[in-house]
Parts: sequence; C-alpha cells; structure tokens
Amino acid sequence: MSKTTYELENYVKQTRRDIVRMVHGVQSGHPGGSLGCTEFLTVLYQNVMRNNPTSFDISGKDEDVFYLSNGHISPVFYSVLAHSGHFPIEELATFRKINTRLQGHPTTHEGLPGVRIASGSLGQGLSVACGTAQAKKLDGEDKLVYVLMGDGELQEGQVWEAVMYASHNKLDNIIATVDVNGRQIDGDTKDIMGFADLKSKFEAFNWNVIYMDGNNLNDVQDTLSKAGVLSGSGKPICILMNTEMGNGVDFMMGSHKWHGIAPNHDQLAEALRQNPSAVGDY
Amino acid sequence: MTTLTTMEKKDTRSGFGDGLYEVAKKNDKVVGLCADLTGSLKMNKFQDEFPERFFQMGIAEANMIGTAAGLAISGKIPYTGTFANFSTGRVYDQIRQSIAYSHKNVKICASHAGLTLGEDGATHQILEDIGLMKMLPGMTVINPCDYSQTKAATIEIADHEGPVYLRFGRPKWPIFTTDMEFTIGKALHMREGTDVTIFATGHLVWNSLEAAKALAEQGISAEVINIHTIKPLDNKAILDAVANTKCAVTAEEHQMNGGLGDSICQLLARNTPLPVEMVAVNDSFGESGTPMELLEKYGLGVKDVIAAAKRAVSRK
Repeated sequence: MSKTTYELENYVKQTRRDIVRMVHGVQSGHPGGSLGCTEFLTVLYQNVMRNNPTSFDISGKDEDVFYLSNGHISPVFYSVLAHSGHFPIEELATFRKINTRLQGHPTTHEGLPGVRIASGSLGQGLSVACGTAQAKKLDGEDKLVYVLMGDGELQEGQVWEAVMYASHNKLDNIIATVDVNGRQIDGDTKDIMGFADLKSKFEAFNWNVIYMDGNNLNDVQDTLSKAGVLSGSGKPICILMNTEMGNGVDFMMGSHKWHGIAPNHDQLAEALRQNPSAVGDY
Repeated sequence: MTTLTTMEKKDTRSGFGDGLYEVAKKNDKVVGLCADLTGSLKMNKFQDEFPERFFQMGIAEANMIGTAAGLAISGKIPYTGTFANFSTGRVYDQIRQSIAYSHKNVKICASHAGLTLGEDGATHQILEDIGLMKMLPGMTVINPCDYSQTKAATIEIADHEGPVYLRFGRPKWPIFTTDMEFTIGKALHMREGTDVTIFATGHLVWNSLEAAKALAEQGISAEVINIHTIKPLDNKAILDAVANTKCAVTAEEHQMNGGLGDSICQLLARNTPLPVEMVAVNDSFGESGTPMELLEKYGLGVKDVIAAAKRAVSRK
C-alpha cells in the first residue's frame, strides 16, 4: 500500500539518521550523495517499484528492478533496502565492518538481498540496465528497469555507449535517473568537467528527458509516476534529478566537501538533532 | 603410441560460430552479443537463425560487457564476441566488477588471440589475455586447440554456471580432436611418451605434436598433453605425467608471464620441483607478418618445441 507523504517524510528522516550513524560508526563512507538521494530512493522503494522485497529473487523476473550505478552512496541504498523489508534494519550496524554483507560498495558477493550487481567502479550500471531491459523485452515482460547514476559519473565514456545503445534499441522500459547535484570529489562538476546542457545531450541521443526536484517528495512521486507513463513510448527515459548534496543536514549542504568524509561526534549529534527519529533507529 | 593425423584445416573461430549455433538450438537461454565483428567471429549463422537473440552492440565493448551482465541477471546465458584484445584488456574493469566479482554467467568469447592474428600487427595481437583472465577469482579460462575442440567447448560452457573466458584464433589450423571428449578442466592426453611431457594449449598443441614426432625420430619419447583449460588447471593430470617423465615443456601462444607455463611452474614448484622449459613469447609485443612467420620469429615454431624438449631432458 502506498505510503502517505507524512509517512514518507518519516522514512526520509530515518534514512538520514541511518546514513550519518553508519558513516560515523566506521568513520568512513559517503554521506553527501547519500543524503541527496534519500527522497528519491525512499519513494522508489516505498511507493513505486513493483517488487517483492521479502523474498528477494536476484533474477528480478516479472519485477521492477533497480541498479545503483554510483555505488559509493551505499549508505542510503542499504538503509532504504532495510526499511523496505529486504533485510533486518539491525544489520545496518555492520556497515563496512569485517565479515559484513554491507560492503563499502554494494556487491552480490555476500548475498545481500536487494543487490543484483556490484557497483563502485563508475559508469557500468546503465549498461547492466540495458541488458536486463533487453531480457525483459525478450521475455515479453512489461516491468521496468530503474538505474541511478551520479552526474560526475557521466564523465565515464561507457555511460554514453549505453545511452546510445538504449535509444537505438528502443529500450523504453529503462528509467535512468541522474543525480544532478553539481558536485564531485575534487569540486563542482562545472569546474572539473562541465556537461553544458544535459537535457539536450540526452535528447540528441533520442531519449525522453524530464526534470525532477529530487529533494521534494511530492515532485519525486509525481515525476516517477509520469516516467512510468512515458515508458513504452519507444524511447528510454532520463530523469534529470536536481538535488542538494548533504540535503537535510545543514552543515553538509552547499559544498562538495562531504562527498566522502565522516562526521565527528558533535557533528553526528547535530545531524541527528535536525532529523528526529519517527520510525526507529537500528 | 597414438599417432594423430589430419587432412583438414579450419579456423578455431569457425568452431566457435558453429558451436554457438548448435548450443543455441538446444538452449533458448543462449543469447549472443557482438561488437561489430559478426563476420570475423563467425556469428552470422546464429544471427540469421536467432535474430531475436542476437544483439549488435556496435563498437562499444565496455557496454557489451555490462549488457551481458544484465542479461545474465535475468537468466540468459550471454556469449559476447569480439577480438581477444577488446574482450579483455579493453574491458578489464567491466569484467572484474560486473562479471567476475558479481559472479555473472557470461561467456566471454575471444577471437584473433595471439600472434597468429597475423598481418594486423601488435595492436591486435594480444598475448596477455590468459594472464589477465586467470587472475580473476572464479573465472574459468579455456584455450582450445582446433576447430573441433573449440566447437565442443562452446557447447559445453553453456552448462557451466559462472563466468568463462573462451579464447580462440583466426588462422586455418589442422583439425585433430574430432573424436575426442571435451570436459572443462580435464586435460587430454594426445600422445604417450616417457622422456619428457609437453603441456601445450591452443594452436601450440599441433606444433607440439609435430615436435614429438620429430623427437621420436631422434630417440626422445615425448608425451603431449593438451591443457585446454588453463583455469581450473588439471593438477592431477600434470603431476601424474611428470611423475613418470621427470621434466616438462610448456607451449603456448601467449606471454611467458602469466600464461599456462606460469601456472604449471607454480604447481610444480609447490609439489615436485623439476626441470621446466617454456615455449612462449618472452616479454615482447608481436608485429605484422604471416602466422607461420610470426610463430617462427617469436620462438613458437616446431623447432622451438623440439629444442625446449631437448633442454628439459638434458637438465634431468
């Protein structure tokens, strides 16, 4: 059953808490991009995807599937997977620790439910999505393949190979979201390797392109619904999702600096104060 | 003593093409992906017969590897086809993360491996691919020796769950394994012998058989074992063989570093150190030329296997 906006807001706050606690707990990980994508992944897993989290099947047969291409935002992915029923939320406490299934970057190696492919080395997820989308078409399925990439990740050439392949083969069952936060490790994307106009780039490759405010729950819900309607129209769908890196924790916003560093004890306390728990901590 | 004779020659890549067509007839999960080299890989018959299961990837090998992984997740058995150079070195990280580490059931099928690619020269003559692939945990590495074995291997790997690297080549080559069984990881005894064991893979199996014939005329009895599967290595067959002959030659169309010889030396050093001579490319790139000229120039000819066998015997 669909969650209300109020319920979604509580999940978002809870996932923000999980992210900063997980990263603080091992003093490593990537909180900035994770926080920026919290609303999107929460809505996707709580309200949009047609899947079966409690009996996870890696093949995703007759289900919607999601691939996280920018695997470094594993904290948000793990939190959302846990809160959508893929595995117990207590397991979040093992993030990045020895013998964990919650590796620094997601992997199938340890058999964590919800993960179908390893990611971390950037630029590969859209290709994997193309393969699964192709298989679903071959099998006559009408389910969708979602994939999330970072905007910095678009600097990888493989992404554009896949962009070309998807439109040439009319993979209109792919909904690819780009997290346009404008930041990457070394600074702002416009300074490191600017893209000029992403919308016209994807449109030139014959994709349907729509914008989304990734930090506005209602807009995320509406845009994902719209993307679903656009599927099947002969073109793959790209959602350019504007987000703020570090969203929801004020001192992590407005800079690339929190891409991959952990908060200290006082910073953790402040981040948690800004996001009171309504669902329950791990 | 078994004597192998041959009348016919065919390229090993045709063994792949014919094997792919055969296995696709039996198994509808088999799909084929090719990066703009359908003719070179002999995938046309598969493409013509099963167009809905053939995916033209264009000149975009990285995307081909990722797409294959995505197809495998959905239960397909993808066979990717391009030259060995573009099947391995060009896409190493994609294979490592999306296929090997993710343990996807993808068959990476690589033609035009080694020097016998010939005139195109060193840019295309990869001699490092076996090493690259065998280092990946969980990767099975197969390098068949002729048309028949390549066809058999292409069919066999569909039933093997997990990533496979299948390496074959361009030139027409003698066919001599037609009635032989192919089992992944099981070495094939090609010729009995008591003085030296020659462990050979790929095209060099034929050169080793020719060498063994010549050695016999000179009073040296050479055993020839075909190691078509470099990983997992048939440790028992190798150790059993050298227990009798007490010395070995390895022969391959690959760099000495990282190839079959390197794997066999590791095995012998840990179990039963004894003289080994290696016939392989010695830390060098190739160049343009005919396949036979190149094999001669880079020390992979029949005379080189003969010389290596004599050196090995003399060191016992």
